[in-house]
Amino acid sequence: MTSLERVARPVGWAEPPSAVRFFQDAWTVAQGELRKLAHDPTELLTRAVQPVLWLLVFGQVLAQARAIPTGNLGYMDFLAPGVLAQSALFSAIFFGIAVIWERDLGVLHKYLVSPASRLALVAGKALAGGLRALVQAVVVYIVAALIGVHLQLGLLPIAGVVLVVVLGAAGFATFSLIIACLVRTRERFMGIGQVLTMPLFFASSAIYPIALMPSWLQLVAHVNPLTYQVDALRALMVEGGTATFSIPLDLGVLAFALVVLLVIAGRLYPRLAM
Amino acid sequence: MRAAIETRDLRREFGSVTAVDALSLEVRPGEVFGLLGPNGAGKTTTIKMLITLLPPTSGSATVAGHDIAHEARAVRRSIGYVPQLLSSDGALSARENLDISGHLYHIPAPERRERIEEALRFMGLTDVGDNLVRTYSGGMVRRLEIAQAMLHAPPVLFLDEPTVGLDPTARRAVWEHVRKLREREGTTILLTTHYMDEAAELCERVGIMHLGKLVALGTPESLAAEVGPGASLDDVFTHFTGSELDDTTAGGTYRDVARTRRTARRLG
Repeated sequence: MTSLERVARPVGWAEPPSAVRFFQDAWTVAQGELRKLAHDPTELLTRAVQPVLWLLVFGQVLAQARAIPTGNLGYMDFLAPGVLAQSALFSAIFFGIAVIWERDLGVLHKYLVSPASRLALVAGKALAGGLRALVQAVVVYIVAALIGVHLQLGLLPIAGVVLVVVLGAAGFATFSLIIACLVRTRERFMGIGQVLTMPLFFASSAIYPIALMPSWLQLVAHVNPLTYQVDALRALMVEGGTATFSIPLDLGVLAFALVVLLVIAGRLYPRLAM
Repeated sequence: MRAAIETRDLRREFGSVTAVDALSLEVRPGEVFGLLGPNGAGKTTTIKMLITLLPPTSGSATVAGHDIAHEARAVRRSIGYVPQLLSSDGALSARENLDISGHLYHIPAPERRERIEEALRFMGLTDVGDNLVRTYSGGMVRRLEIAQAMLHAPPVLFLDEPTVGLDPTARRAVWEHVRKLREREGTTILLTTHYMDEAAELCERVGIMHLGKLVALGTPESLAAEVGPGASLDDVFTHFTGSELDDTTAGGTYRDVARTRRTARRLG
């Protein structure tokens, strides 16, 4: 083959239609992330320490104090879904730092020169961020069971919890990715990550009912996706738990937030490599 | 003859700085072309525009016959790219790195596996293919990166400072592989470097960039002849880019130095 033919030759292999390719590419990216976790799960394990402390220390003390009115639900039953949502949030919100790392190394450039769409690349990252959170869920379930939380262990409620955890964490991972694209350095990212997590956490129904909040905070809680994640988890995870809104509404809000965040992230992602 | 890479008045500004200024260039099919110049000359910016990572401020370019602005996806399918930094993921094995690339370029399963094994064999990495890349030496990482960039058999390959931070033995090995690759696949290669021996060794033609402009173009021999009898490519470089003793630009900015040293350290 002469060099001239080489350049003129159509390149590549027959490709599937773009919708199929989107999911294949996203899964390729997610799989890469999951393989990395399998090689080195240290980070996941250290992130599992925090929810354990919330349940064992914070939860046990407040349950004794009986300070928070949680209706028919015991405080530990009320708190467990909140802690699950919180640990998923905390593991997802620092996801962006890995993206800055990849950019500093040059791994990011490799992905961006591939024919995969930008949206598929960020969707893959988001999916990985969502699936990572399932490890947290397993830890929370084990600890919750040990301290006597009344868990719903049916197939359907658990499938629901998996969906809500993955959807929520994928959204927060994408949010984290957007921040990474904006701040671009690890130092600034760490600062902003710390600043964001606490308000998201406290302005949600994770550790106390929304009804207890002053009205301005209630307003914030209503636009906070974490509130809807906790709401769905509370109905699905523990016996006697009910949703303040409704599970379809919660899922709708989480899915909508994820799509909006993905579109924004897909736009910003290529700027990291400029 | 249809060019493998063609740029017309390509220009990129960052704020008030013009990083690439009215660059018009043709790289022939099958050619190994070297883009030379001191740090900050605009080499990397040029490559980033050609591989669709950075939109040009004005001007146009085609790569493998596709317009970089309007046919970005077709360009991406036609190119391989090895960045100056490390592009293989250290937390994955070589096989996993190659597998991700194989999937992203939609190489069908049986052929993908075949090409991955072939790539590992070609680069002498078969035995360590399942080890994490972070355990590799710098030369091995570079070979893997080139293999990864070539997995989908692109007609055009971009190498940005392919041997920065490598010791002389590893550099020679990389050169050897680039030459073999080109012989076997007929790939058009555009590489940037500021090592003159590298350019003289590998490139059929070189372009010298200085402050964003192309200031010289030709074969290493013809450029040397232009400068004077007995001139080396080093002399050519100094001749066209001004005195290397100009301390305000020599050696690049703080950021350049930090990056090069960091890369060098990672490559070990």
